[in-house]
Amino acid sequence: MNAVPPPSVDDVELRLLVEAIYHVYHYDFRSYARASLRRRMGAAMAHFGCRSLSELQGRLLREADVFTELLEYLTVQVSDLFRDPGYFRALREKVVPLLRTYPSLKIWIAGCSTGEEAYSMAILLREEGLLDRSLIYATDINPSALRRAEAGVFDAAKVPDFTANHRRSGGRSSLSDYYSAAYDRVIFDKRLRRHIVFSDHSLATDSVFAEVQLVSCRNVLIYFNRELQSRALDLFYEALCRKGFLGIGLRESLRFSSHADSFAEFAREDRIYQKVDG
Amino acid sequence: MGAPMRSIAAVVIGASTGGVEALLRILPALRGDASFSVLVVLHLPRERSSLLVEIFAPRCNLPVREVLDKDPILAGSIYFAPPDYHLLVDDGPCLALSMDPPVEHSRPSVSVLFESAAAVYGPHLLAVLLTGAGSDGASGLQAVQRAGGMTVVQHPANARMPQMPEAGLARVTADHVLTLEDIMSLFQALPCAGRA
Repeated sequence: MNAVPPPSVDDVELRLLVEAIYHVYHYDFRSYARASLRRRMGAAMAHFGCRSLSELQGRLLREADVFTELLEYLTVQVSDLFRDPGYFRALREKVVPLLRTYPSLKIWIAGCSTGEEAYSMAILLREEGLLDRSLIYATDINPSALRRAEAGVFDAAKVPDFTANHRRSGGRSSLSDYYSAAYDRVIFDKRLRRHIVFSDHSLATDSVFAEVQLVSCRNVLIYFNRELQSRALDLFYEALCRKGFLGIGLRESLRFSSHADSFAEFAREDRIYQKVDG
Repeated sequence: MGAPMRSIAAVVIGASTGGVEALLRILPALRGDASFSVLVVLHLPRERSSLLVEIFAPRCNLPVREVLDKDPILAGSIYFAPPDYHLLVDDGPCLALSMDPPVEHSRPSVSVLFESAAAVYGPHLLAVLLTGAGSDGASGLQAVQRAGGMTVVQHPANARMPQMPEAGLARVTADHVLTLEDIMSLFQALPCAGRA
């Protein structure tokens, strides 16, 4: 590759800032993909009215509130219910028949953000008659996103998209069976939520907490560098039971996992893999 | 048009409305022995699965792919942003994707690509802003220029939709304002393996 310039002042400041966050707040962004992190920090800088990352760092070190707010910039990801309907259709048509063979099911939604994927999964399992024997672990590092996920409240303006996605995913009931509307919000049924455990977990620093039959982690790995992707995929490998399933984002890959050979393509187009003995 | 004086490691291209036909003229003009990489953001409807590789691969002298996260950036390859993801150049350099909110109402956003590429390639970058409605790409062009990269804007009168080139020109004094014909000649003059 042609000459790449030496690290700029911005790069050095970014490195120092993520170190500072790690040391003071124990959130580890050191192995996040730089380019996205740089953009998000830039947006945060504008929000806090800081002219440099060093200035932002000074405020972070002294004001815990600033960090809480910054975390929103660094992690929150807005998604849709049944985002990528083809993925959910493949789960329904190809994975569910095998999940049925287990007397009880545990599913891990890693990086659940505000809960869209967790509720989608719960609805899918309800439709397939599996929810009563299922437990969904939905984890994220952002406590305020987890609180919102737990509340199960979404913007009513998004419901038409959610409904269209749900239908395209092969949904066999009406999405409106699962929420009640109030003003400009909808709130999802508590009977879905009973089967979801929202909890704080970091793919960068925590370890495996349960054995599961399915891990769904979509559009989370794109924010990690290759090393952290590999760490996360190692966790998924460890967490999965024999012949368990892993779903990732449509433009993600398992290339950087030390266990890449231990996952066989199960639904290639939809990025669903199955753990094989090896 | 004379050959550019500096070495170019990457060409980034941004286009919106009218972009497919503009790209169908200029990408096939790239020589098969190009020694730089080509990264393209083209705004597309979110739901449509991308046919870009099928459209462009048979017509180009260089291999064409739609980006998978963390793809290495190979010299002499053309990379398209996948629909509904931002495309960024990350350290390495490698390609990275993001699902961050749309920028200038666009995902992928031209500015996101240009700004991230400017941070990594500095003066060894050539940015080309083509036809389109809206103003995506203008701030990215500015970032490229600040980092010492070379900026090219399609002549608004030559563009199917002039707004995007105009927004770019309102933001920076581009190194070149060119018709598609001229951009094709510029591409012919860029460094190639064995004659860099």
